Amino acid sequence: MSTWEPVIGLEIHVQLKTRTKMFCRCRVGFGAEENSQTCPVCLGFPGALPVPNRTAIEWVVKLGLALGCEIAERAVFARKNYFYPDLSKGYQISQYDLPSCVNGNMIVSLAEGQHEIGIVRAHLEEDAAKNVHVGGRTGRIGGAEYTLVDYNRGGTPLVEIVTAPDLHSAEEAKRFLQLLRQTIVELGISDAEMEKGTLRVDANVSVRPAGSEVLRTRSEIKNMNSFTHIARGIDAEVARQIEVWESGGEVEQHTYDFDVGSGALTARRTKEEADDYRYFPEPDLAPVEPPAELVDRLRFELPELPAARIARVMKKLDHDRALVLVTGGLDRLWEATVAAGADGVAASNVIANQLVASGARPGAVDPTELAKLVDARERIPRATFAEALGKIGDHGFSAEPYLAMESVSDTSELEPIVDAVIAANSAQVEQYRGGKEGLLGFFVGQVMKETKGRADPRVVNELVRARLAP
Amino acid sequence: MSAVVDTLRLTAEEALALVERGDVSPAELHAAYLDAIGERDAELHAYLRTVEYDGATSIPIALKDVISTKGLETTAGSRILEGYVPVFDATVTSRCRQAGLSVLGKTNTDEFAMGSSTENSAYGPSRNPWDPARVPGGSGGGTAAAVSAGLAPWGLGSDTGGSVKQPSALCGNVGLRPTYGTVSRYGIVAFASSLDQVGPVAKTVRDVALLYRIVSGRDPADSTTVELSEPVELPTSERLDGLRVGVPRQAVALEAIEPGVRAAFHSSLALLGELGAELDECDLPLSFDYGMPCYYLIAPAEASSNLARYDGVRYGRRSDGATYRETVERTRDDGFGDEPKRRIMLGTYALSAGYYDAYYGQAQKVRTLLVREHAAAFERFDVLATPTSPTVAFPLGDKAADPLAMYACDLLTIPSCLAGLPGLSVPCGFSEGLPVGLQLVGPQFGENALFRAGHAVERALELDLVPERLR
Amino acid sequence: MAISRDQVLYVAKLARLELGEDELERLTSELGAILDAVSKVSELDLADVPPTSHPLAVVNAWAADEPRDSLPLEDVVRNAPAVEGRMFRVPPTT
Ligand SMILES: [Mg+2]
Ligand SMILES: [Zn+2]
Repeated sequence: MSTWEPVIGLEIHVQLKTRTKMFCRCRVGFGAEENSQTCPVCLGFPGALPVPNRTAIEWVVKLGLALGCEIAERAVFARKNYFYPDLSKGYQISQYDLPSCVNGNMIVSLAEGQHEIGIVRAHLEEDAAKNVHVGGRTGRIGGAEYTLVDYNRGGTPLVEIVTAPDLHSAEEAKRFLQLLRQTIVELGISDAEMEKGTLRVDANVSVRPAGSEVLRTRSEIKNMNSFTHIARGIDAEVARQIEVWESGGEVEQHTYDFDVGSGALTARRTKEEADDYRYFPEPDLAPVEPPAELVDRLRFELPELPAARIARVMKKLDHDRALVLVTGGLDRLWEATVAAGADGVAASNVIANQLVASGARPGAVDPTELAKLVDARERIPRATFAEALGKIGDHGFSAEPYLAMESVSDTSELEPIVDAVIAANSAQVEQYRGGKEGLLGFFVGQVMKETKGRADPRVVNELVRARLAP
Repeated sequence: MSAVVDTLRLTAEEALALVERGDVSPAELHAAYLDAIGERDAELHAYLRTVEYDGATSIPIALKDVISTKGLETTAGSRILEGYVPVFDATVTSRCRQAGLSVLGKTNTDEFAMGSSTENSAYGPSRNPWDPARVPGGSGGGTAAAVSAGLAPWGLGSDTGGSVKQPSALCGNVGLRPTYGTVSRYGIVAFASSLDQVGPVAKTVRDVALLYRIVSGRDPADSTTVELSEPVELPTSERLDGLRVGVPRQAVALEAIEPGVRAAFHSSLALLGELGAELDECDLPLSFDYGMPCYYLIAPAEASSNLARYDGVRYGRRSDGATYRETVERTRDDGFGDEPKRRIMLGTYALSAGYYDAYYGQAQKVRTLLVREHAAAFERFDVLATPTSPTVAFPLGDKAADPLAMYACDLLTIPSCLAGLPGLSVPCGFSEGLPVGLQLVGPQFGENALFRAGHAVERALELDLVPERLR
Repeated sequence: MAISRDQVLYVAKLARLELGEDELERLTSELGAILDAVSKVSELDLADVPPTSHPLAVVNAWAADEPRDSLPLEDVVRNAPAVEGRMFRVPPTT
């Protein structure tokens, strides 16, 4: 059996969190009553005209800069013509042959090294409205009795990001998306939450014999609503295609919906004229020619980006730890904590695991205090350490009182207490010596209780065991 | 006649003076026009609907039925919009209301402004006040007929390839197609977005300039508008000394121009010379050969997309089918008349996969050449002069069966529309007892020069522009 | 430049027009004639000419991201052929 290489490209739609829609000043947002955020423009009433949202235009440039794209000196909106009830004008306004951002890349760090993923383009467009399918078997599209349309979402600004087919495994696609998502969130332009639909991903998947440069027929997978589903969907499609080729068949170009429940891919019905969108420049809108000062300002405002930060963190930590810290938004705290004297690996473990579990907000933590705790974590009682992490986000937190709770491991201090416990529990001593060794924990527990948890359990263990030996 | 004023000869300026002096109240004036409409519009069918006086402080105005009026049915002459009542005013409508104008009613139009005779209205044709057996031109035949017959002091039309200028010529009015981008399209039922412009129609050049002053200027709701580069001037001079007038050789050579039209045009050129203008021939080698084909690719392409919103979901008539798709197909088949269907088909084809480059793409490049050759002409001239229409008003039904013959009506108006330039049609004489229009085309934002030239011609000629049969 | 009946049918599908048999036939011949006339644009060699999609050289016409009032529901659905609750109702999409 020859080995197959998956070839994956992604198309990502991100809803921008501007206050208003892309081409009208209706509010954007979830949970409003149906059709309460609509106007003549987003309802496509006769004579209504689009006016672009300046913030959305700035944000796509900002994202383009973050993805290393060239910012087009001239971007042009076009009309993509097709009919669907969720499309109020009979066309979607979208940048087409002259998008705002082209030719970027993002570095994905994998265990085996860094991999550059090409960004073909990032462009602005408007979201469709929402169809609600009513009646029939399941309320899904097929078999519904009728459809209701809510235009609130219609016209929400979207950025569509298209990658080159540079991804070669489901895992890599997932890593890329995690990094992209973190970048978008840190730019402050979108919540980018898949469950809410503010981040949506379609994957184009094909396979080819390893070593081949030829691209084979690809299929498209839609409707995956978590990173895990994306990985599963891609894996399923890769396996299916390999099987088709190996059994002497031919992969056909199809669009599949990923069924979350069964993990199965269902092919969509194709119409003969489905892809003839008759794009042409939108005559109701002027071209976008972002002034150089604007682009410079946006470039200046860019924060240091996740990919760069992962590379830097990886000088001290392994890739997995670096990824967790950066995509969790924890790397800055980690760096400060290490700078304050903490061990890198130890700080990473504490921050990525215990600190996150404690619910403390990373931004509220004083790294100097955290560094002290990390340093003392072996020396203070577990419960004390946990308690300290629980409070570390509080205003004015100081590690000192917790550090003072350093465990008692001095045997001369502990021996009298152990003796007293043994003397007070003669019945249990007899049972233990009779073979019920499980009682060891009981004695240790009593000692811990007497010392209010400060005794070092390992030392107590040894002492108790020695004293009880027959 | 019961009314306090005779509206037949009343210009907008005169009407404004009457109201200002308190000789007539706005309500009385509005009523006088409604009376005239009651008297003469059964024959002309200039109006699709009229409205009662609404408390406005100035004189009335007629609006072409592609202009949205809040609370007042707006159909664009189409069955598919029958019963559609806009919930917002077009920007030009609000500017008229802010100026105190009262809306008299909505005037007839070819369906979606597609046509040159108003015969394509789903609600029946309008007729020419000079001869009711003839068309008033189109698509703004309703507004033109209304102004000509004294059924409105002035009105607004929309011009995509000649729909203000051509009916103005055929009815003996003054009509302006403004520079693209100087008048808001917000609320105008769209035909072809890169060409549509709202323009005034009136009895005099000064009236047209006044109305242009009211409706022009940047509108934040229309991203393709700009502020005027200079304020609108009401013309006063009766001389044209130093005005450089170019006469495009290729336009004058067109065989389609009727002899009577040609004669009236040539005498108006002579008049321009007498008034002090410097005339010379000029060349626009591509405009009159390639303008038409270019227009009939670009306009239908944009129209096919603009008319996609008529799907029976949010407004308009709907013909139900078993599925959404069937419903949309049936709604559009039942709702659109022949001409919109023709243009939707043509435009869809010109944009479709495999044909875009040969048709729409190529037409956009031709458009570049037309823009360039007009720009070159305006390095030498202030104004270009041609007839507005190759013919006078033609009998109803004459061209109805032949789309290409109808399209040829706009042969002379189309090129400057593609270049986004302003054009003014001014009455310049008669042929067979019917009015002939002189088209004056200017460079971008050159309206004031057009007003000056048109005003001088108008004063010098002193034509009686009330249709003989109504005098 | 003739256009075939199949092409006309395809375009009608794209444009969502349910054409009757008569109409289809008439449009096939009319569109053929019109295409003949407009094909004149292909006589010109325009390889080096840039396209003009708009006659006005405006760029960067945009508005600040500041909300305005949306329409009240009665205006949203005032002209709708079919409404259920607050939503537009259409026959099933398949
Ligand atoms: Mg998209
Ligand atoms: Zn809106």
